[in-house]
Amino acid sequence: MYGNDVIDPNVPLNAAETAAYDEAAAHVEGRAVGEASQGGFDALIAADQRIEPRDAMPEKYRETLIRQIAQHAHSEIIGMQPEGNWITRAPSLRRKAILIAKVQDEAGHGLYLYSAAETLGVDRAELLDRLHDGKQKYSSIFNYPTLTWADCGAIGWLVDGAAIMNQVPLCRCSYGPYARAMIRVCKEESFHQRQGFEILWTLMRGTEAQQAMAQDAADRWWWPALAMFGPPDTGEAAKGGGHTEQSMAWGIKRFANDDLRQKFVDMMVPQADKLGIVLPDPDLRWNEERGHYDFGEIDWDEFWRVLRGDGPCNAERIEHRRSAHEEGAWVREAATAYAAKQASRRQESAA
Amino acid sequence: MNADVSPVNSANAPSESEEALPGAAENGPTGERPEAAYLLGLADDAMVYAQRLSEWMTNAPQIEEDMALGNIALDLLGQARALYPYIGSIDGTGRGEDDYAMLRDERDWRNVHLVEQERGDFADEMARLLWFSAYQVELHTALTGSSDDVVVGVAGKALKEVRYHLDHASLWVVRLGDGTAESHRRMKAALERVQPHLAELFDDDDASVTAAELGVGVLPSSLHDGVVARVRRVVQEATLTLPDASPWRSRGGRAGIHSRPMGYLLAEMQHIARSHPGATW
Repeated sequence: MYGNDVIDPNVPLNAAETAAYDEAAAHVEGRAVGEASQGGFDALIAADQRIEPRDAMPEKYRETLIRQIAQHAHSEIIGMQPEGNWITRAPSLRRKAILIAKVQDEAGHGLYLYSAAETLGVDRAELLDRLHDGKQKYSSIFNYPTLTWADCGAIGWLVDGAAIMNQVPLCRCSYGPYARAMIRVCKEESFHQRQGFEILWTLMRGTEAQQAMAQDAADRWWWPALAMFGPPDTGEAAKGGGHTEQSMAWGIKRFANDDLRQKFVDMMVPQADKLGIVLPDPDLRWNEERGHYDFGEIDWDEFWRVLRGDGPCNAERIEHRRSAHEEGAWVREAATAYAAKQASRRQESAA
Repeated sequence: MNADVSPVNSANAPSESEEALPGAAENGPTGERPEAAYLLGLADDAMVYAQRLSEWMTNAPQIEEDMALGNIALDLLGQARALYPYIGSIDGTGRGEDDYAMLRDERDWRNVHLVEQERGDFADEMARLLWFSAYQVELHTALTGSSDDVVVGVAGKALKEVRYHLDHASLWVVRLGDGTAESHRRMKAALERVQPHLAELFDDDDASVTAAELGVGVLPSSLHDGVVARVRRVVQEATLTLPDASPWRSRGGRAGIHSRPMGYLLAEMQHIARSHPGATW
């Protein structure tokens, strides 16, 4: 009835369902606690070993990871909003339940990632302050609005699909806690991506209005999803600076933005065909010679504009987050005060 | 007397039991069984409160609470989804879960006013959750002795869930009551604000009298003392007292008489489904 019978569960829909994920997941075993590192940071990196919180590491490595993990955590938390926007309006109880569970998963991913960042010597409250003050970023994709129910499908299919493509290589990140977080996160994101595909599948087999809704959502989310892989960093663009080169040397990043984007396009085009959705790119075609799909030019001006704060929802997302945080301050203070009272009561009764 | 939420029969409840009872004799799979109206009240309470609690997601004081309130909403949604198709099979209509949730107008909903009230501050929610989950613990404990196997099954599963909900609400009410001066003041005010909506939970309307007589349901009034005792313990630990009886009380939800926020809740919840008649999602 919902199309599950025609969506083959054995055909991978996203990168977490491919062998690349299984390999990365198998690769992550950290050294046993207490096992000394052999030869320090550089040797561990050279041997493709995991760096653990107790290991010495260059300050720049630590800072890069804090920035990246925090940005990732913030993206999960801000990412709750676009879809959270549809929880109260989900068109069926089944969809409502799935959506609540999904937004809950995102909150869980955020917490998990903040914990990974905390192993590097920062705390969550500090990172949230930096998010609220605009000092740390989140994925720019969430600065786009969710205009119709079909956007919940498009976000799952395209945005989660792109996120997984980015994150599967991070399962082999040189920093152990981040790599382990990614293994779990990818697994759950994979469900979300499948659910998104299924929302669109159902819409595309529904009424004309539903089909139009699905197509419109794909039209609006396709290009921002491609931009999620970041600006070009191969060929000429590789000389332009950015974080790619250093992050690759440190084993934080494993593939160039352009390579991941290409893999994503190659994976999504057949899925769009299966859905019956036309991707909004007249230049999209199979290139026999390259063995990849060619695709059109991404609007990088738009990308930079939204990244700098001038997107449809930048102000709204941060304001929503900030006001929930501020309105909840008295609750958190109460919890702290109560815990302190309890601790002193325990001390008194022990004395 | 403190905590006067003793049952008062709702003057608004229409007397339907005489009409409904003859159906009990037929009792066939397609005939209308009189306990359906009672079960609809339970399902609607869970559904509407799930809807309200889900509004907290992205709005909670901390991320753990976004998750926890989402979790409770999911449990309640699950309770409603377990009951609606069963009700459809015994009320003679054959309706499915979305027919009940998405296609009924305000006058056809049977939930109490407590669950439809707008989301206030976090203390308001914890006051409501404390009362409602204490009520649900007593209710589902009693319903595990129902003569209806489906109800026993739903109650058994729900009981595990609502005990956790009660724990969660209790911890917060204590923290807020015994936290800072501000949280104490807010928790006290929240307990006062929720007070007028409590008596309705314990009204013995015609549907519950019928269901209790059949052994399927329990008289709401029989749950009163147990619920108040549970809440009172928590409130005392929170260094608060239960407020005096309020000068007014809500009534009529079980007869489809609702308060102002209900229409807006339904408008939001049902809009997409109703805009596309007959569509599958």
